[in-house]
Amino acid sequence: MAISETTLKEVEEMAIKEINDAGGVKVGDKSYKIVPVIEDGASDWPTFAEKAQKLIDSDKVAVVFGGWTSASRKAMLPVFESKNHMLFYPIQYEGQECSRNIFYTGAVPNQQAEPAVQWLMDKFSGELGKKVYLVGSDYVYPRTANTIIKEQMKALGGETVGEDYIPLGNTEVAPIIAKIKKAFPDGGIIINTLNGDSNVALFKQFKASGIDPAKYPIMSFSIAEEEIRQIGPEYTTGTYAAWNFFMSLDTPASKKFTADFQAMYGADRVTGDPAESAYNMVYLWKNAVEKAGTFEDLDKVRTDMIGITFAAPQGEIKMFPNHHTSERVLIGEAENSGQFKILYDSVKAIPPIPWNQFVPETKGFTCDWTQDRPDAGKFKM
Amino acid sequence: MELFFSQILDGLSIGSVLLLAATGLAIVFGLMGVINLAHGEFMMLGAYVTYVVQSAFKPMGGVIFELYFPVSLVLAFLVTALVGVLLERTLIRQLYGRPLETLLATWGVSLILIQLIRSVSTAMMLGIIVGVVIGFFLSKLLGAKFSEKPFFTYLNGLGWAIAIGLGLIAVNVFDQIRPLSKAWFGPRNIDVTAPKWLQGSWGAIGGIELPGLRIFIILLSALLLLATFWFLNKSVWGLRIRAVTQNRQMSNCLGIPTDRVDSITFGIGSGLAGVAGCAITLLGSVGPNLGAAYIVSCFMVIVLGGVGNLLGTVLASLLLGIIQSVIGSGTLLTIFPDMPLAAKGVIEFFATTSMSLVLVFIFIIVFLQFRPNGMFPQKGRSVDA
Amino acid sequence: MKLFQRLVPWILLAIALFILPAALDDFRLNLFGRYFALSITALAIDLIWGYTGLLSLGQGIFFALGGYAVAMNLMLNTKSLAGGNGIPKFFENYGVAQLPFFWQPFWSPLFTLIALWVIPAAVAGVVGWLIFRNRIKGVYFSIITQAALMVFFHFFNGQQKLFDGTNGLKTSTTELFGQLVGSPDMQVWFYRLTVLLLPLAFLVCRYFTSGRFGDALIAIRDDESRLRFAGFNPVPFKTIVFLVAGALCGISGALYTVQSGIVSPQYMSISFSIEMVIWVAVGGRGTLVGPIIGATVVNYLRSLVSEALPEAWLFVQGALFIFVVVLMPDGIYGWITKGGFRTFLAAFGIAKKSNTYPQLDKEAIPVD
Repeated sequence: MAISETTLKEVEEMAIKEINDAGGVKVGDKSYKIVPVIEDGASDWPTFAEKAQKLIDSDKVAVVFGGWTSASRKAMLPVFESKNHMLFYPIQYEGQECSRNIFYTGAVPNQQAEPAVQWLMDKFSGELGKKVYLVGSDYVYPRTANTIIKEQMKALGGETVGEDYIPLGNTEVAPIIAKIKKAFPDGGIIINTLNGDSNVALFKQFKASGIDPAKYPIMSFSIAEEEIRQIGPEYTTGTYAAWNFFMSLDTPASKKFTADFQAMYGADRVTGDPAESAYNMVYLWKNAVEKAGTFEDLDKVRTDMIGITFAAPQGEIKMFPNHHTSERVLIGEAENSGQFKILYDSVKAIPPIPWNQFVPETKGFTCDWTQDRPDAGKFKM
Repeated sequence: MELFFSQILDGLSIGSVLLLAATGLAIVFGLMGVINLAHGEFMMLGAYVTYVVQSAFKPMGGVIFELYFPVSLVLAFLVTALVGVLLERTLIRQLYGRPLETLLATWGVSLILIQLIRSVSTAMMLGIIVGVVIGFFLSKLLGAKFSEKPFFTYLNGLGWAIAIGLGLIAVNVFDQIRPLSKAWFGPRNIDVTAPKWLQGSWGAIGGIELPGLRIFIILLSALLLLATFWFLNKSVWGLRIRAVTQNRQMSNCLGIPTDRVDSITFGIGSGLAGVAGCAITLLGSVGPNLGAAYIVSCFMVIVLGGVGNLLGTVLASLLLGIIQSVIGSGTLLTIFPDMPLAAKGVIEFFATTSMSLVLVFIFIIVFLQFRPNGMFPQKGRSVDA
Repeated sequence: MKLFQRLVPWILLAIALFILPAALDDFRLNLFGRYFALSITALAIDLIWGYTGLLSLGQGIFFALGGYAVAMNLMLNTKSLAGGNGIPKFFENYGVAQLPFFWQPFWSPLFTLIALWVIPAAVAGVVGWLIFRNRIKGVYFSIITQAALMVFFHFFNGQQKLFDGTNGLKTSTTELFGQLVGSPDMQVWFYRLTVLLLPLAFLVCRYFTSGRFGDALIAIRDDESRLRFAGFNPVPFKTIVFLVAGALCGISGALYTVQSGIVSPQYMSISFSIEMVIWVAVGGRGTLVGPIIGATVVNYLRSLVSEALPEAWLFVQGALFIFVVVLMPDGIYGWITKGGFRTFLAAFGIAKKSNTYPQLDKEAIPVD
């Protein structure tokens, strides 16, 4: 497991422990304890597919929680569809997908990227112009997210002056810095969708080559509190991030979540959006199973999952008929402490739109699994 | 022109990282003929040493903290050199003259090192110590009694198997004690902060920004190269190393302790990897998989430069760095704006980081068609050279 | 006894064909199907490493090419996976409206069946010829094949618009003969196909390693210079054997892909190609039975260990590399056939030692 996946495993175990300690999952008049079976996808997509198959066929699990990168989900998706099983995926992702067999508890672009771009334009376009430079890792999330951002920029009358992709795990970003300086000699907006290790290289080398966050506002979509600790707060201070939950969110539910986590795994640990989302999905599943009165009849659980709510650390979230959850949108500025100062808060949860409405290919399409039609995953509104 | 020079500077700095990483490998491979696939993991060890030193210096703060980096450079060299010597004495020594087998065995070592860094805890360390002590004790005990018997080899093997078993049990027992079971580093990447004086820019010459750490790495690699050159060509041990490289049996006859020469050569090669790892913490992330990103490029540098030739290593790494930076940033299009459309398309196709790597590898394979032994082939009359 | 020995392969084949499917659940059977598919790759590596002395660290290229060929065909021919313009949906994510030209021929199943081994063979032939004609050998050959592997890896990984990049292509939800490829029934058929193709691959390898051609290969392994001095040109031999190995890897990759449900650039990762070599080393190189044992045993061990203790697998794998190279250079099969078991018993005085030349027994017998 790479950079921060282990935290998700820990937070899921915490949720399971809480549920078990409170008596377990009540199905009918019986209570069941949840027993986790843990498999490691080893950041290798074929292994994800193999382990998913093992969990379904050999271990006969009731539900699978997992996945990190979009590529890992895409690798598991055919397995879950061909076996008609159920997966919960906790990470914010690019959308443009709506599977009967997957429930998505992370943000889709209209709950993260789009409000963030809008916010950047509102705040900086006067000074720096309606121009952005896109940097991402070379895989499906950044590529698709950037396609959406480009269309959105077009709709806003702005311009994307460059986009660049680094292979996963690569740490050499000097050529990209050269390109950014060429595109923006005196500063400009950078949107960063790098995943994992390359972020560390990017921020360290940005600082060394004099790219100052004050002149070059950087908005990141994959950097949460955990990643900041690995990059080093002094490199990220002054950059922005958009998420559905920040550890610094000042509500009782948020504070309790962080306190519980730290009590279990150590006071030096941090929570963040992916962890919160992983926590939520276990409870959403539990609530749906209790409502359905079965965990074996997956079709029934699937139907009863729609409309399930949970008082999450970020506030109440709800599962929509398109198998995505509503999410609160927050934008924060990284501070020296490694925490975020929240600059924008949507307060109420924003409903999910999986098929993006800026991209021409998917404009006008929607997804609704409560409808009885063969193309319920993607049809014209 | 300004753009051109800043590209060259970028290329130099990419190249100097490669050079730093490849120097140690060039010594081990060039002089001993040993393919060390664990070289990248030695770099990783160096990076973790840096992390440990930094953590130790952190409480002192202020000026002393700023000085942690030179200390960690030295310590990284020493620790990895020690691990290298240990590896040479136990494993590599068994495999001289069988380069393909060495390649596989060192790959095994690299896997173990990666996992060790991920899961090492006090409990595990204690367990390993228990296992090794019991193992040595058993083999001494059994050896004293049965060493002449034909079944001694198997018995010895059984002894070690028991020792490993007991070691595993010990790990599990110690794991029950909460403070001992906490992983030292864990599978997550860790944060190494460059000292303040390396973080920013060191000013600009003619409009070209001079990033402090880039310049520092260029200087460091030049310095290490000079030191290596001096060591190999001017010092007594360097003389011995070169003698053993040229003719092992004759050197042995003349009283050169070839055993120790091997250990020292391998130790220095590994130590240089540690220093490279230490320097890399300035640029990128520090994690258990750090080594994998560099190992293939390092071998490319050596094959391109010609085995056993430091000058070749220098030129090859700088050349690769410059190609990567010029192609990857698409600068050719800015320098020659009125290119034919077809050429423009080709350059744009390759002007991404992934594709510039592809181009670099293709370049090397094509180059080897014309100079199969690299830029500076080793001179010799042996048919198998 | 003799009759029994001749029957052994048939008995094993019958067990694989009839008993395993009945004894194992769908998932385990599928895993065995994959192991047998990987065994074909192991055979190919044995052909070039065990017999010819060429340690290739780039067989993943050919493995993945075979997998991509079959996955492209399956994706094209599945209506439910097609987007608006009749081409696979993932193209829409990157705004590609027209099918890239090299996808076109893969509409045809016949072309695909041929391409999945001809394309890897052709690539292997060209790469091999370029390397061998320059007399690049030994570790240099290994390093260059590894570099070639990186070229292919970065190319497939970086080209989202052509191959869906890192994601790779998925086959579980594609259809063949109107059935889902990922369905248990189809998987059993793929398992049977693999079990039948493995002995065929074995026979191909035996054909190439026996007779005069096989002698030439062993001569190249043991002393290439002497072969050259004797007036033979080793280049065609090496190129042909590398090409054959490439073709076998392609077939193996195709079989593996349909059973694992995905082909991705990760099949061209450095570590996977080195792992392939260790299967051969564990089983016993220079024999044709060894690689099959090795690939099956190591991969089974991998599944078991990584299920029980995910963290321990790298330790076990690393130790396996070192153990086999240092203590068991002939591998499992080599150890048994070279009388390792007998020597073991003899050391404890259980089996009788045959002292033909007692005075030689004290001296160490060199391994090489």
